[in-house]
Amino acid sequence: MAKPRIATTSLAGCFGCHMSVLDIDERILKLAELVDFDKSPINDIKRFSADCAVGLIEGGCCNDENVEILRAFRKRCKVLVAVGECALMGGLPAMRNGVPLKECLREAYLDGPSVVDGLIPADAELPLLLDQVYPCNEVVKIDYYLPGCPPSADLIWEALVALLTGNDADLPYELIKYD
Amino acid sequence: MTAMDTKTLAGEIKAIANTEDNRRTRLINVVRKVQLSYGHVSQEMVGMIAEALGIERVEVEGVVSFYHFLSGKPVGRFPVYLNTSAVSEMMGMSEVADAFEKAAGIRFGETSGDGLFSLQYTSCIGMNDQEPAALVGGVPFTSLTAERATEIITALKSGNTPAELVEKYGYGDGNNANELVRSMVNNNLRKRGDILFGERENGAAIRKAVAMTPDEVITEVKTSKLRGRGGAGFPTGMKWDFCRRAESEKHFVFCNADEGEPGTFTNRVMLTEIPDLVFEGMTVAGYAIGSHKGILYLREEYIYLLEYLEDVLEKRRQAGLLGKAVAGRKGFDFDIRIQPGAGAYICGEESALINSSEGKRGEPRDRPPFPVVSGYMGHPTLVNNVETLAAAARVIEQGGEWFASYGSGESSGTKLLSISGDCQKPGVYELPMGMTVRVALQVVGAQDAAAVQVGGPSGTFIGEEHFDRKICYDDLGTGGAMMVFGPRRDILETVLNFARFFEDESCGWCVPCRVGTGLMHAKIKKIMAGNGTRTDLEEMESWGRSIAAASRCGLGQSAANPELTTLANFRKVYEERIKEDEYLTGFDLERAVEDACEATGRTAIHE
Repeated sequence: MAKPRIATTSLAGCFGCHMSVLDIDERILKLAELVDFDKSPINDIKRFSADCAVGLIEGGCCNDENVEILRAFRKRCKVLVAVGECALMGGLPAMRNGVPLKECLREAYLDGPSVVDGLIPADAELPLLLDQVYPCNEVVKIDYYLPGCPPSADLIWEALVALLTGNDADLPYELIKYD
Repeated sequence: MTAMDTKTLAGEIKAIANTEDNRRTRLINVVRKVQLSYGHVSQEMVGMIAEALGIERVEVEGVVSFYHFLSGKPVGRFPVYLNTSAVSEMMGMSEVADAFEKAAGIRFGETSGDGLFSLQYTSCIGMNDQEPAALVGGVPFTSLTAERATEIITALKSGNTPAELVEKYGYGDGNNANELVRSMVNNNLRKRGDILFGERENGAAIRKAVAMTPDEVITEVKTSKLRGRGGAGFPTGMKWDFCRRAESEKHFVFCNADEGEPGTFTNRVMLTEIPDLVFEGMTVAGYAIGSHKGILYLREEYIYLLEYLEDVLEKRRQAGLLGKAVAGRKGFDFDIRIQPGAGAYICGEESALINSSEGKRGEPRDRPPFPVVSGYMGHPTLVNNVETLAAAARVIEQGGEWFASYGSGESSGTKLLSISGDCQKPGVYELPMGMTVRVALQVVGAQDAAAVQVGGPSGTFIGEEHFDRKICYDDLGTGGAMMVFGPRRDILETVLNFARFFEDESCGWCVPCRVGTGLMHAKIKKIMAGNGTRTDLEEMESWGRSIAAASRCGLGQSAANPELTTLANFRKVYEERIKEDEYLTGFDLERAVEDACEATGRTAIHE
């Protein structure tokens, strides 16, 4: 039987959640036995090659490219898991939500104290920023949420193994407690 | 600004601070005066105020950013604050808003180039019986139409003052025409009951009180079974007793006239028509708890009554009803000052009101300790509603048993109701406690009401099947607000209005309220946009309960009531709007990139 495939991506995140995935240490060998990695920054595969069992999303949506990738993940993955604060709530990037986008751009590229000959980047290659940073569940349906900044390697491991094996996840209180 | 200008300004600000004795606790007063003089409180002025009062600038900035009527950016010489209450919307607010924008040549949120006008929305200004209403240059203009709005702007442009305009439009009834008020506001006092509006003589309650011991006064209040009229219904006698028994060198009496609950305007009418009774109640309370100082916290929206109220106080001093040895009682010195607010619904919460009176942001305090133990400046403080104090004065004057003979059961006396919305006779009614909603509806001429909102946004939304419920503490409690909705009104529009209100008015201190009110607002918008699902309804109910359970003060604890009570009583309204899908996003990519496209001159290309 073919191994289930998983895909991962980092949208408006800092890659910290992906670092936390790598923090599972030697269990990564077990993971490699359990699954095949499809599109993911871990193996640098840029496009989906097949439908996946599980998609892990780090980060929320701050631009149109994030939205397109997230929608593609929803289409190609049976189960979508939002991983970490930014994917769940918007996180640090969402701190700009209190300021209108045009003001943000003006401050960053035109009026900021360190700006010389300012210009708002408008190259067609650049993703278009969204008016706000959106948590993933406001854009597509999310099946599971792993909270944390980042979620610990143990939490990610436990949840992933449970999803892949169909067993109940063993998530003791200490794993999802953050204060 | 030149160095000379800066020096002059600093001098002027210093002089303003001086009028408040450079006291840190009068920060709100100082900042208000600066706002009035210069149309804003600039960063530079913040520094100057901080220096004059010997405090940190962050304390001044905190206050400026907290209150609606204080502004870091210049407002117009005639700032327009248009009321956004649900009833204002029902009565044609959007046409009036359009007319203001067109006549002033600016949008809401902007200030005109000539510095004459600024347009802003504001939460309920206590004029629900004469909507749409706005404050223009601090003066209330009521029953606005698009034509009237245009006329006001045109007249102000050509040099008229708001006061001249009001004179032209005619003064309102009763004391609104008093030379110290001169307001076009109408009382619309349609039913005078025996208790609050009965025949009385100034000073009678005080003379009777000082002939008794303070304990006897409190016992009399307990006998009356009077309970707090703000809505929570705490037994007044017990509160007085707690406060009296709290040991301290000083005690304070506060009268809470920060009537901010949309749809409530009973305080407005009481302070216009029977301020003496209110001050009498404060004085009696002062005697009972052993206090020498009373403070009336007057919301900014009612500041047009300030001069008149100061005059009433002065006359009471002259009559020996305030000041040294009140009513001839040696050792009982009591005076009252008026503390203006600066625009914040949350200041109706007693500990927030006390913070505001100490010159701080109007954020609630942790309780306990309750204000009766540790309140204003750390001293035991009694905070009572305007109506409660007025009723207490009548209790002492006529006796607790007399008072308890009105009303029903545990809800004695009468209740002032401010009724507005789809009814023939909106206004203020003094009715016995315990009457049914149906009776109240008949009295105001609203036989075809489809829904009634009792208690304002933080209260309960009920439909016809609940019209036989009683207005009293054991059933439908209210601080006075009752809004009537006819059969053609969309309940969700009102819920949306209330959700926006709570999001705006949350002080932001605690997460459940700050975040929760935003989430509830977003949910209602999602449902109204046709993207709601059953999951959204379930989440609203579940989150609503969490917000209520986890919030720090009464605002957050009741902030989800519009959604929770309509989900319970008007489920059909929601069911009709939602779809059966398991998940609907509500996210619109094209709209989300509009701003970026405008800023960069690019066009979005999405598959």
